[in-house]
Amino acid sequence: MRELTDGSTAIVRGAVDAGCDFFAGYPITPASQILTAMSREMPRVGGVAIQGEDEISSIGMCIGATMAGARAMTATSGPGISLYSENIGMAIIGEVPLVIIDVQRLGPSTGGATTAAQGDVQFVRWGTGGGYPIIALAPSSVPECYTLTMKAFDLAERFRCPVFVLTDKELNLTATTVDINAYERIPVRPRARIAPGESAGTPYAYHPPDAVGPIATYGDEAPVRFTGSTHDERAFITKDPQTVGALNEHLVAKIENHQDEIDMVVADIDPGASTALLSYGITAGSMREAVRIARAGGRPVSALTIQSLWPVPERAILALLQNHGRVVVGELNHGQYRREVERLAAKGTEVVGVHRNDGTLITPQDFLEVLS
Amino acid sequence: MSVTTITTLGTYRNDSPYPFCPGCGHKSILDHLNEALVELQVDPMKTVIVTDIGCAGLSDQYFATSAFHGLHGRSITYATGIKLAQPDLTVIVVMGDGGTGIGGTHLLNAARRNIGVTVLVFNNFNYGMTGGQHSATTPEGAVTTTTPGGNPERPLDICGSVGVNGAGFVWRGTSFDGDLTQRICEAITSNSFALLDIWELCTAYFVKSNQFTRRALESTLETLGFQTGVLYRDGRQEYSRALRETARGPDSVPVGPTPIEQKWSASLERPFMIELAGSAGGRVRSAARIGALAAIQSGLYAAQRDDYPVTVKTGHSLAKLLLADRPIDYAGSDRPDVLVVLTADGLAKVRSRAVGLSGDSIILTVPEFADIESGAEVQVVDPSSLSDRFPKADLGLLALAVVVRRTGVFPIDALRAAAAEGPFGESNAAAVEAGIQLASL
Repeated sequence: MRELTDGSTAIVRGAVDAGCDFFAGYPITPASQILTAMSREMPRVGGVAIQGEDEISSIGMCIGATMAGARAMTATSGPGISLYSENIGMAIIGEVPLVIIDVQRLGPSTGGATTAAQGDVQFVRWGTGGGYPIIALAPSSVPECYTLTMKAFDLAERFRCPVFVLTDKELNLTATTVDINAYERIPVRPRARIAPGESAGTPYAYHPPDAVGPIATYGDEAPVRFTGSTHDERAFITKDPQTVGALNEHLVAKIENHQDEIDMVVADIDPGASTALLSYGITAGSMREAVRIARAGGRPVSALTIQSLWPVPERAILALLQNHGRVVVGELNHGQYRREVERLAAKGTEVVGVHRNDGTLITPQDFLEVLS
Repeated sequence: MSVTTITTLGTYRNDSPYPFCPGCGHKSILDHLNEALVELQVDPMKTVIVTDIGCAGLSDQYFATSAFHGLHGRSITYATGIKLAQPDLTVIVVMGDGGTGIGGTHLLNAARRNIGVTVLVFNNFNYGMTGGQHSATTPEGAVTTTTPGGNPERPLDICGSVGVNGAGFVWRGTSFDGDLTQRICEAITSNSFALLDIWELCTAYFVKSNQFTRRALESTLETLGFQTGVLYRDGRQEYSRALRETARGPDSVPVGPTPIEQKWSASLERPFMIELAGSAGGRVRSAARIGALAAIQSGLYAAQRDDYPVTVKTGHSLAKLLLADRPIDYAGSDRPDVLVVLTADGLAKVRSRAVGLSGDSIILTVPEFADIESGAEVQVVDPSSLSDRFPKADLGLLALAVVVRRTGVFPIDALRAAAAEGPFGESNAAAVEAGIQLASL
């Protein structure tokens, strides 16, 4: 059986099936459909949805609710991410599991509200002071919108950090035909909560550096402290270099040391191909179509779809670079992810960019022209 | 038999001494807060003190309750999230006049909602932590490090602002007031958005720069005409509970998949795109939606991309309906196989693309636009030649029926059936029949 649906709907279903019970957001094109659908869905599942007075309050409410035990999500577009920025940093240092949907639109600034882009790729990675890591996933189809939203909730619990889902106007708002069996429902781990008596008063753990401690929740059996300042494991503010160093090392190590739990790519490798295409999100759909056309015409080509943009799945990209003399990176920006591929490329491997910044999609033909 | 032991908490403070300057009002206010908690005997496990940035923001660290120390001016947003997730918690915000200024919108909106948190504003008219700059509450004429010639700005009436906007309990006074503990108790038990604007002394800066004293606090209140005491009370329902009661709409249906059964069959050798170019109000997108459903019922894959101005009810409305016999990975093409031009708004949006279309594309339009410039084959149909008159809102579907009938891209019976479903079933079905009739004229 098939249905006609769009990425926004799939994201909302993924959130509901992941156990999301709190949503706060502010209207913005092209993410408003998620806000309105969550406003309908949350009360139905016993959760809460609220339209904040702005983006700052929306993410703030999500962070507060999470520390009170909720599983929270918010959704916005690039301009809203700008306003989330400071609180993203707080969710990082406070180790708050939080899912942030960024339905990208053409920037900079107000830019083109109803035009597609993939211009927030580096922004979500470096969008708050300090430079500490986050996780970002990028679905390239409606079924992936569902599954990767669920995955985002799972990773947020696993790593206690903000997890972004990057989509775009076209993926979210284009209704398309989906085989119902294509939705892959994946397990989402329950929150690791501090048990009564155990570790009471230490809401944070960073020894060893990559350890992720259970979450202390307001209303549980012991008082809980939370802070956005540099802190010890009891969440008291400190500037002690040894403690602060261990904290910040932990924020990096908990993610970087466990990349194998995050990396997600779809590799479609032709051993006879010397050129590989690499893309993500909506542009990966164009790439798949280009691969189909190229192969039908007898032209060998490989393709790598990146589903987990941050941290960069370096192992998969390195393997692609090693086996192909030429890697073509297609994206709706000036080459933001191409930078990541270029820094991994050895001398002699050519990295080529296919880019558009006019609000239209990269076409299969755009890829094919670079192939020929 | 069971024995119940009632333990009375003598203090909610922990062992850490306060870090505040000698004479600073913060210590005194926090002592009153502690006394209020003792008097109320709140469960420390169910009580969260939320702070933000500034000297007052350090306060949570000296209490044995739960605590949340967040970003400058945003404490009310975290407190709101906490209260919404767990309405049974006692949530107390401690913020300064700096946080009040930068987070003013949160203050107003929390009051408007009547979210059940108690806000203590430690109001000492300047930024102590960053070096004595002026704040939103600095009195006119006061000297601060950023108003060396005297503050030319009018101070914010915090109580008036939240009071007229729906706060459940509002009080103003000073850290020297003997009834402060009782007022904090009243605020916490009011189960509403409760705010206490507590005027106090910053001995590090404001006292020094303005020869400010306890007496000056009182005379400033008088000069400004700011009333003291309990200023507002409102008994309406607290928000975290009100939201849970009202949020569910009457037509709440799950967003779960709505499977479409295949009843007909169609095949395509290559993807086929029909684009409808009309105006807002012409139900262009609804027509394309019906076409998409009919195509899926015929075993095809369909994708629909719409384009319309942000003003929604005016201007152009375009809908691209892409059909294929396999899953669609790329729906971004701008070259329709059939372009249906219905209105001048629609034509204006597609004119340049119409010019570029070649002879293997078709443009279907009405007599008004028969002279459209295009390389495509132009087919003109005239709805006015029909015996029945059709409103503009039906033209999109009518034209789609012409296209389906003439191209046979999927069975016309599928379009008939899909059109007959839904709220406008009768008029939609009539539009399809009219289109079928027009197709053979």
